[in-house]
Amino acid sequence: MGEKLALSEEILMQIEKPERYIGCEYNSVVKDPSRVRIRFAMCFPDVYEIGMSHLGIQILYHILNDMPDVWCERVYSPWVDLDAIMRRQKIPLFALESQDPVKSFDFLGITIQYEMCYTNILQILDLSGIPLSASQRGEDCPIVIGGGPCTYNPEPLADFFDLFYIGEGETQYRNLLDLYLECRDLGLDRQEFLLRAAREIPGMYAPGFYEPSYGEDGTLKSFVPTKEGVPEKVRKEIVDHMSEAPYPVKPVVPFIKITQDRVVLEIQRGCIRGCRFCQAGQIYRPVRERDADTLKQYAKALLKNTGQEEISLSSLSSSDYSQLSELVNFLMEECAGSHTNISLPSLRIDAFSLDVMSKVQDVKKSSLTFAPEAGSQRLRNVINKGLTEEAILNGARLAFEGGWTRVKLYFMLGLPTETVEDIQGIAQLCNKIAALFYETVPKEKRVNGRVQIVASTSFFVPKPFTPFQWAAQCTKEEFLEKAYQTRTAIGSQLNQKSIKYNWHEADASVMEGILARGDRRLCEVIKRVYEKGSVFDAWGEYYNNARWLETMQECGLSPDFFTRERSLDELLPWDFIDCGVSKEFLRREWEKAKREETSENCRVKCQGCGAAGFGCGICAIART
Amino acid sequence: MKVRIKFRKYGPVRFIGHLDVMRYFQKAIRRAEIDITYTEGFSPHQIMTFAAPLGVGIVSDGEYMDIQINALPKAENGMTACETMVKRLNAVGVRGLDAVSARILPENAGNAMASVAAASYTVRFREGKRPQDWNDTAAQRLIDSFLSQGEILVEKQTKNGVRTVDLRPGIYELSWRNDSFFLLVDASSGNNIKPALLMETLLRHGGMTLEEHALAVARQDIFTKTVRETGEETFVSLGEIGFEEPFAQAEQERTP
Ligand code: SF4
Ligand code: SF4
Repeated sequence: MGEKLALSEEILMQIEKPERYIGCEYNSVVKDPSRVRIRFAMCFPDVYEIGMSHLGIQILYHILNDMPDVWCERVYSPWVDLDAIMRRQKIPLFALESQDPVKSFDFLGITIQYEMCYTNILQILDLSGIPLSASQRGEDCPIVIGGGPCTYNPEPLADFFDLFYIGEGETQYRNLLDLYLECRDLGLDRQEFLLRAAREIPGMYAPGFYEPSYGEDGTLKSFVPTKEGVPEKVRKEIVDHMSEAPYPVKPVVPFIKITQDRVVLEIQRGCIRGCRFCQAGQIYRPVRERDADTLKQYAKALLKNTGQEEISLSSLSSSDYSQLSELVNFLMEECAGSHTNISLPSLRIDAFSLDVMSKVQDVKKSSLTFAPEAGSQRLRNVINKGLTEEAILNGARLAFEGGWTRVKLYFMLGLPTETVEDIQGIAQLCNKIAALFYETVPKEKRVNGRVQIVASTSFFVPKPFTPFQWAAQCTKEEFLEKAYQTRTAIGSQLNQKSIKYNWHEADASVMEGILARGDRRLCEVIKRVYEKGSVFDAWGEYYNNARWLETMQECGLSPDFFTRERSLDELLPWDFIDCGVSKEFLRREWEKAKREETSENCRVKCQGCGAAGFGCGICAIART
Repeated sequence: MKVRIKFRKYGPVRFIGHLDVMRYFQKAIRRAEIDITYTEGFSPHQIMTFAAPLGVGIVSDGEYMDIQINALPKAENGMTACETMVKRLNAVGVRGLDAVSARILPENAGNAMASVAAASYTVRFREGKRPQDWNDTAAQRLIDSFLSQGEILVEKQTKNGVRTVDLRPGIYELSWRNDSFFLLVDASSGNNIKPALLMETLLRHGGMTLEEHALAVARQDIFTKTVRETGEETFVSLGEIGFEEPFAQAEQERTP
């Protein structure tokens, strides 16, 4: 063990970063294959540096390897250089730890974090020698199971997966694996195992046992199980007691620098805020905190077990964590004198966070981040972003007084009901912040001479299980027009010299939206696009928009069909999933949005979203 | 106090680049709770220097890094503090980047990088990559003829374009034994001779071309130059400098 390499010396010497493919990292788990009963390949379908930065995979890696009869290994997308060599030389894709071919495993788990990785999933299957279509797979293939946020509408990928695990991985894997062992001992075949999994294990969706039918207008007419006992609705699985859930305190330490080159402390899951565009804010409901004392132990263990020089808090909205100051003070004490950095993303800018940040960062070099998402208060009400201009300006003033000179602002273009005034609001807000700097900081105290404001806009993509799941998405032309308007508006501000503006690619955002709200008919599109050579669509330089559009046309599908506003009585492709949040609640929120009404967050007032049915987290805590 | 740690590199981790080996040891030292000194300033880093960087894919039995520490670890049962340090590093390390020994450096010792003068290598042909009609006699004849040249001019790719250099003065030893070449060559920062370049030049001298990936190179050790009392210059392994125990250093310093 440990000496074997799937790739030859010659190959490893000619590719970029061979370290991506050799395994052997500290804390990676090597087991004796003759002593385990299940071999599990866990895949993040993107390049190593991205995949290795993902906490979810590390959690599952830890949980599965804690089981004595299971060996879980990691698989990432071979980068384009190796991809070409593997195809040419017919080298099968392998897992990092054992360097054994993925095809010989019992399970191939794939986490699906963003739509633009769909072709990479096919790359993984293809390079492994596993038929792309689940219905073509024989007994010699692993069970291909998908997880992650994109499984809240798995339909565009339905053909390629044997199973989808809807919800958090912590809860049902043991049951699934036990069932697998039982079926194997009984000599049952693949289909029988899948059927039993669909029937018996909560959270399992086996797409092969469901059938959609479409109406004349192309919308979904029905979506029903084809086998008895297979549930009509699949309910999301969730961890009810976060503090008791396992945590990977011995994460793998990569040799090369990865995107998250630090240890990560997940302080809570879910978010109390219901921003109406945000899928994470809905699908991870209810918010569940980890206990600060447990987190302190984890923090110590993580740093000791990895030797990493930085620790980062992770959550959707760290400022909402109720024990934040206690935890942060502990970390500051713990890290002082041990040359350990603390990184605190997703903090709301206020007196507390500024005080903490001034202690853990170089104020001169760091920047403040605000995510108002929309330029006007009206539109912020529509999207239920509870960040007011006053709060932003107050935060900025405090920060400027504290010596900060850089501000980053994030906005979305193309939100429902957006007007030219909202777009101009973006420019005006940037200008006000700049003006505030010159007002607050006297000339002689301006460190870098002037304030640097960077405004970035992304394009709004409606996502399933959000109040905006019915909303229309802009076309590419509309998006670009909005970006142009934003740029012009910023250019006409008094302080325009202090404001820099960046915007996203529009092509990929439109395709992302099509895939996000698509149905099974898109499987064929994804397959063809892949077969024509697309992979790494999330990497701008490899994304080929014309190919996607042309392929949709070949398949008789129109982008407009998928980007249009959906009617409230339409059967949506993801309606068979029960993510805890009711369709009724989402509809109510959609209507409130159109009336420009806001909703309080879970801590202030329960909105009756339905997630209380899980009986845990914030829903089970009495409000004060 | 400065400590020199000798380590090996072998197995799959030979594909880890030099900078990543440094990153690896930075973390391993923290895991081993070695009290390393950090630089001052807003982004402090560990005080650590590596001797001659090793090319990706090359294995080695003699790699060195010098670290500055605030204090030696407490010696464990029956071990010196240096041995304890090695043991601790290996307990939190990966296979293939093994610490071999640690030695306390005398105050006047040059740092690992600056004092490098030479390195020794063995080079073998990979399976099926031997030139035709290759045998011990042929090898010996080729080496003799090669070394008898007054100068061995080659074009070397440098940062400032291609430069012609003479390899001959930097070849301290070149021989063929036990089915491998043995090389002792200049490894100082300005005149470093890469084994692959030397091998290519040697084979070309014999009218042979080197196939790609034909050679397996292994570094044996790294040397510094010292001057004997007789005035004669010799190479001393970087691993032989320094002391296993702090009191040995004190004693040495007392004796004139
Ligand atoms: S604060 Fe809003 S945008 Fe951020 S995670 Fe929560 S709901 Fe989503
Ligand atoms: S049921 Fe109420 S408290 Fe619970 S997540 Fe929904 S809105 Fe928040």
